[in-house]
Amino acid sequence: MMDTGDLGTLLETLCPMFLLVNEDGRILRVGPTLQKLRPDQPMVGKDFLEIFELVRPRAVTTLSALMTSTGAKLHLKLHDTPRTALKGLIAPLPQGKGAVINLSFGISILDAVRDYALTSADFSGTDLAIELLYLVEAKSAAMEASRSLNLRLQGAMLAAEEQAFTDMLTGLKNRRAMDMVLGHLISANLPFALMHLDLDFFKSVNDQYGHAAGDHVLQQAARIMVQETRNDDTVARIGGDEFVIIFKGLIDESVLSSIAARMIDRLQKPIVFEKIYCRISASIGTALSTQFSPPKSAEILNAADLALYEAKRKGRSRHCLYSALAGHRQGDAASG
Amino acid sequence: MHGLINRAIQSFVCATYGQSCWLYVTEMAELGFSEFEAMLVYDDCMTVQVLDALCADLKRPRAEILEDLGTYLVSHTKMEDLRRLLRFGGVTYVDFLHSLDDLSDRVRLSVSDLCLPALELIEVTPTEYQLYCHPGLPGYPSVMVGILRAMADDYGALAMLSHDGREGEAEVISIVLVESAFAKGRQFDLGARKS
Repeated sequence: MMDTGDLGTLLETLCPMFLLVNEDGRILRVGPTLQKLRPDQPMVGKDFLEIFELVRPRAVTTLSALMTSTGAKLHLKLHDTPRTALKGLIAPLPQGKGAVINLSFGISILDAVRDYALTSADFSGTDLAIELLYLVEAKSAAMEASRSLNLRLQGAMLAAEEQAFTDMLTGLKNRRAMDMVLGHLISANLPFALMHLDLDFFKSVNDQYGHAAGDHVLQQAARIMVQETRNDDTVARIGGDEFVIIFKGLIDESVLSSIAARMIDRLQKPIVFEKIYCRISASIGTALSTQFSPPKSAEILNAADLALYEAKRKGRSRHCLYSALAGHRQGDAASG
Repeated sequence: MHGLINRAIQSFVCATYGQSCWLYVTEMAELGFSEFEAMLVYDDCMTVQVLDALCADLKRPRAEILEDLGTYLVSHTKMEDLRRLLRFGGVTYVDFLHSLDDLSDRVRLSVSDLCLPALELIEVTPTEYQLYCHPGLPGYPSVMVGILRAMADDYGALAMLSHDGREGEAEVISIVLVESAFAKGRQFDLGARKS
């Protein structure tokens, strides 16, 4: 049979939080990690119950009674602060020569590593403490990411209606969407053209045939604009009969002019609504982002607006380029 | 591709090259959005498009950028949580290298739908190692080179790393440990949790 010295050495390797007590409950040896919980207070030589308070089993108040409860799970607490909770198991030595008590932190491990500055060297190689700590941190990080996603989704849902990007009547983008697209293109420094399109004679269709006819005309006009542009382009209805089309990456004025001419041509054809022939047309003004350095949304919109005004002044149903305006600053135009 | 991977790329680009670079890259990649969500899963081709756009914009080879991404994941202050998780791998750099065998399992334990390729460490001599990166995530070996280099700094070890070509299906990274206690390294406190 091994003596208590050998047993202590063996236990130090296997379970760094053990206690070897004699039959009176006096501590003979203590594992290095357990001693680390009270670095200024050597446990060897002290009475077990002087350092640890027995929380469970409740009925037991003396160590000799405890030694008979082999295999029972012990719940302990340190007497003085920090009052770390510990779990334990007692195994009596043969011939009533005392007992081995092995302790562990259980769930208190999270506080314990912080309170006692424990490192992975303080745990035995088979202890899952480090894995537990790893999991707690990994799961907390994952949970944090999920929680922030949930919060954003909730915020997005509340703001969804307010922030809708679609014009309900025509299915085109709305003004907010246009602002976003413009901001995006400008911050990414991508060239684009902006057309401001105004339906001519729309008000008289509305006044003459009613809102239902007017709505139908708007929907048909929207369909034509979508058909005459590419998928990448943004067609937005920004007012009653006002539209803005953004051509991403397209700054060739002759191509833009022919697109504008085609749209005007198609919009001039009568639109039939319940056997009524509704006649409208369109005036268009076009500006390029490259005409401004640095480009700003408001300036480009204003330039397209000026060109549109010029198109109307010249008798409507026509397209006007900002670069062709007499008033526009010299050297700005890309048309040369 | 898992949102965490996409988000890592986003975070790296924003921190290293700035928000406007990221916006430009997402615009070029035609994502239709500019913010990846960490906990959603995206189509693989989106990640490829983002990386292609980034390489084109920076005029740098992909492997080089991915190495920098790996370094960023460990060394940037914003990524402290991730560095800590990696430091749980062991007390020394060599311990850490050995823990890489379990990395993909550890990751899956934390985020069940994040599957990273298996890694296998071969000890050639006590100062020479080979890390076999099994297939499954293109570019992963390059990211690992960056991570291993930054972790060596973190542990205060001096190591030489190189991407050593292929061995069968796996890509091999060779690690030569010049000095395991070269510098002091960074602090790792087991109990340092966010309150």
